[in-house]
Amino acid sequence: MNKSVFLGTLAVAGLAAGIASAQSTLEQVQSRGALNCGVTTGLTGFAAPDASGEWQGFDVAVCRAVAAAVLGDASAVEFVPTTGQTRFTALSSGEIDMLARNTTWTFSRDTDLAFEFVGVNYYDGQGFMAPRELGVSSALELDGATVCIQTGTTTELNLADFFASNNMSYEPVPIETNAEAQQQYLAGACDVYTTDASGLAATRATFEDPSAHVILPEIISKEPLGPLVRHGDNEWGDIVRWTLNGLIAAEEYGITSANVGELAAGTENPEVNRILGTEGDLGAMIGLDADWMQRAIAAVGNYGEIFEGNIGESTPIGLARGLNAQWTDGGLLYAPPFR
Amino acid sequence: MATMTDPPSEGFRLSQLIYDTRYRSMTIQVVAFILIMSAFYWLANNTAQNLAALGKPINFGFLGTRAGYDINQRLVEYSNNSTHARAAFVGILNTLLVAALGCILATVLGVIAGVLRLSNNWIVARLMGVYVEGFRNIPLLLWILVIFAVMTESMPQPRDFREDGSARMILFDSVAVTNRGIYVPNVVFSRSLGGNEIEQAPVEAPVEAAPRTNAVGTYGSSRIATGGAGVDADAEQSGGPGATQTSGGNLAEGDIIPTSSGLDWLVILGVFVAGVVGARFISRWATVKQEATGVRPTGSFWMQVGAIFLPVIAVLVVLGAQFQYPQLQGFNFGEGIHLRNSLVALWFALALYTGAFIAEIVRGGILAISKGQSEAAFALGLRPSRTMNLVILPQALRVIIPPLISQYLNLTKNSSLAIAVGYMDVRATLGGITINQTGRELEGMLLLGTFYLITSLIISSVMNFYNSSVKLKER
Repeated sequence: MNKSVFLGTLAVAGLAAGIASAQSTLEQVQSRGALNCGVTTGLTGFAAPDASGEWQGFDVAVCRAVAAAVLGDASAVEFVPTTGQTRFTALSSGEIDMLARNTTWTFSRDTDLAFEFVGVNYYDGQGFMAPRELGVSSALELDGATVCIQTGTTTELNLADFFASNNMSYEPVPIETNAEAQQQYLAGACDVYTTDASGLAATRATFEDPSAHVILPEIISKEPLGPLVRHGDNEWGDIVRWTLNGLIAAEEYGITSANVGELAAGTENPEVNRILGTEGDLGAMIGLDADWMQRAIAAVGNYGEIFEGNIGESTPIGLARGLNAQWTDGGLLYAPPFR
Repeated sequence: MATMTDPPSEGFRLSQLIYDTRYRSMTIQVVAFILIMSAFYWLANNTAQNLAALGKPINFGFLGTRAGYDINQRLVEYSNNSTHARAAFVGILNTLLVAALGCILATVLGVIAGVLRLSNNWIVARLMGVYVEGFRNIPLLLWILVIFAVMTESMPQPRDFREDGSARMILFDSVAVTNRGIYVPNVVFSRSLGGNEIEQAPVEAPVEAAPRTNAVGTYGSSRIATGGAGVDADAEQSGGPGATQTSGGNLAEGDIIPTSSGLDWLVILGVFVAGVVGARFISRWATVKQEATGVRPTGSFWMQVGAIFLPVIAVLVVLGAQFQYPQLQGFNFGEGIHLRNSLVALWFALALYTGAFIAEIVRGGILAISKGQSEAAFALGLRPSRTMNLVILPQALRVIIPPLISQYLNLTKNSSLAIAVGYMDVRATLGGITINQTGRELEGMLLLGTFYLITSLIISSVMNFYNSSVKLKER
C-alpha cells in the first residue's frame, strides 16, 4: 500500500514537472527571482568579469536592463558564459532566458533555428587583424594564410565565402573561445585572426602592444548583433525588445541615468512620460508595472551611456559610434515610437 | 487399498500470477518489461512533443544541404560547397585516422614499456615505471593541452624559415617543425594512375596586378567603426608574403606536375599484400622441404624478402615515384604532408596515455605465465630474447588481448577530446559546426552516438575474432 502511494506520488510529481515547464518565461524569471542571461565567455568591453568578478560590458548591460525592468534589481542576473557552439543549444533548451552575446541576426537563425531576434544593439561587420610585421595591408593579400576562426559562427561561413569568391585559399584553425584565439594568434599559430570588427578592436585593446597589430580595411560582411530569445513566447520577446528600444529611445530623448529620477516627476514631452510610465499604461501592456523603464535606465543608463562606458572612444577599446549612432546623427539606431 | 488419486485439477486463477512461485518470476519480468518500455515510450514521446512544440520535428534533411564551412584536414575531396553529410564523412575519416594512428603507436609503446618494466636493468625498469605512473595518473586532457602548447608556443613560425630567418629544417632539409605543425616530405608520382597535369605557361595575372579594388563580397567603404588606429591602409607594403610566389619549385612550362592519387596507393598496397602472401608460400614450401629432407633450402629467407619488396619497388619505379619536399610558399610551407599541431598533440597524447595502460596489461600478461615455462625454455638452451618471443609472449597474448580491446575502444572514444585543440574530428564537424549552423542538435547527436557505437562494435568484434584465433585451442 505504502509503495503504491509512493509510486503514485512519483507519477503525479512527474506530470507536475511536465506541466510546470508550460509556465511562461516571465513567470519563470519572476518566480526564480533571477534572469538567466547567456553571454560570451569573455570579450572585454562586451561581456567580461571585472577584477572583482562582476560581469561588465555592453551586452551585459542589456541583461541588467531587462533584469531591472522585470525584477527591479539589475544585479539579479545569473550570467551563463556560452561559446559560439553552445549558445544556441543553451537558449533553445531553456537553460538561459535570453542570449546577449554579440550574435548575428540571420534569416536561418531567426526562422529555422526557431529564435527571435528582438533588435540590433550593435551594427558590426567582419574584419581581419594581422601583426604589423607581416606587412599585409589588404585582405586580398591573404592567399594561403592561416586564419584563426571561432567555430560555429557566421564569421566562419563569411570567411569561406570571401576566400572562395576571391579565388584564394586559406587554412582555417578552428577555435572555441576568444581567449583561445588570442593566445593562438599571439603565438603565431595563425597569421590572421578574423571576427567582428568590434571584437577585433576589443581583443587588440588587451594586447601588450596594440600598435603592433593592424586591422585590415576590408569589412567582408554585415553583422547586425543583437539579443535574442526563443520562439514561442511572444510576451517575453516583447519585454526584451522594448527594453532595448527603451534604452535607444532614452538616448534620443535625453533621458540619462542621472536625470531619470527628475524626469520621472513628469515632463512636457509626452513620449518621455510614456517611456517613464508617468503617462499611459505601457508597462501593464507587457505584463510589468509602470516604472519598468525608469528602473532599467537608472540601473544601466541609456544606450549612449552604455556605449561610451564600455566600448566608446574614451575606453581602451576605442570604438567610434559610426553606424551605431542615433538616426538623428546619421547612424542606424531608430527606436519605434512608444505609444 | 490405497489408490492413487489425481491431484485436484484446478483451473488457472489470476492470483496464481503473484502467489504461485511457478508464475511469479515470469510476472515480475513481464511487469518490469512493460514499465521499462513505457518509460522509453514516454521519453521518446515527450521529446517528439517538445520538438514539435518548438517547431523542430526530427528531420535528417539537413544532411543534404550545403555545409558552407571549410575543414582544414581533409582526407577526401571537400569544399565549402559540399553537403553536411560530406562534412560529417570528412570528420569520420579524421576520427578514424587519429584512432588508428593512436592505437598503433600505443601498442608499440605499451609492449616495449611493459616488457622493459620487467627488465633486470634497474634503471630501465624504473624509467618505464616513471613513464607508466606519470601518464596513467594525469588526466588525458592535460597531456593533450601540454603537447599542443609546447608545439604552438615553443616552435618557430614558418616565416622564421626564410633565408634570413633563425630556424632551419631538419633531416637534410626535408622536415620542418613549425608552430603550425610538422611538415614532412610527400611521395608523389610523375606517372600517376590518377593522371598528371601539365605545367601551364604562367598567366598574366590581371586581377592581382590591378590597383587595389574592393574584394568581392566586402563592404569596403563601410562606415563600420573599427576603432582608434583601426584602418591602416598605408601600412608598409614591402614584401607582402602572400604576394607573388610561384607554385612548386622550378618547374618549367610543359613539365609534368608530379602528383599522387588514392589509386596509386591502392595499387602499391595491393602489390605489397600480394608480396606478403607470396612470402608466406615460400616459407611454407621451405618448411615442407626442411621437414622432408632435414635441410632448409638455402636463400629462402632472401627469397621472402625479395618477394615482398621487389614488386613494390618495381611499381614505384614504373609510377615514377619521387619525394616532394616541403618548401616555404608565402605564409606557410607548401607541398609535403602537413601534420597539424592538433593532430600531433592528439595523436601523441592518446598514444602515450593509452600506452601506459597497455604497458601494465602486457606486464600483467607476462607475469601470468608460470615461471616454469621460461625455466623449461632456458633448459632447452633458448636465449632470453627467443624465450620471450617464442615461449612467453605467445602465451601471454591470451591474457593480454581481452583488456587490450577495451583500451582500443577507450582510445577511439577519447579521440573526441579533439575539441580541446580544434582537431576537426566527427565531433567537431557533425557534432559541432553542423549542429550549430542547422540547429539540429538531437539529430546530430543521435548520428554521432550511432557512429561511435558502430565503430566500437566493429573494433571489438575484429579484436574478438583475433582473440579467438590466439586463444588456447582445446580439443
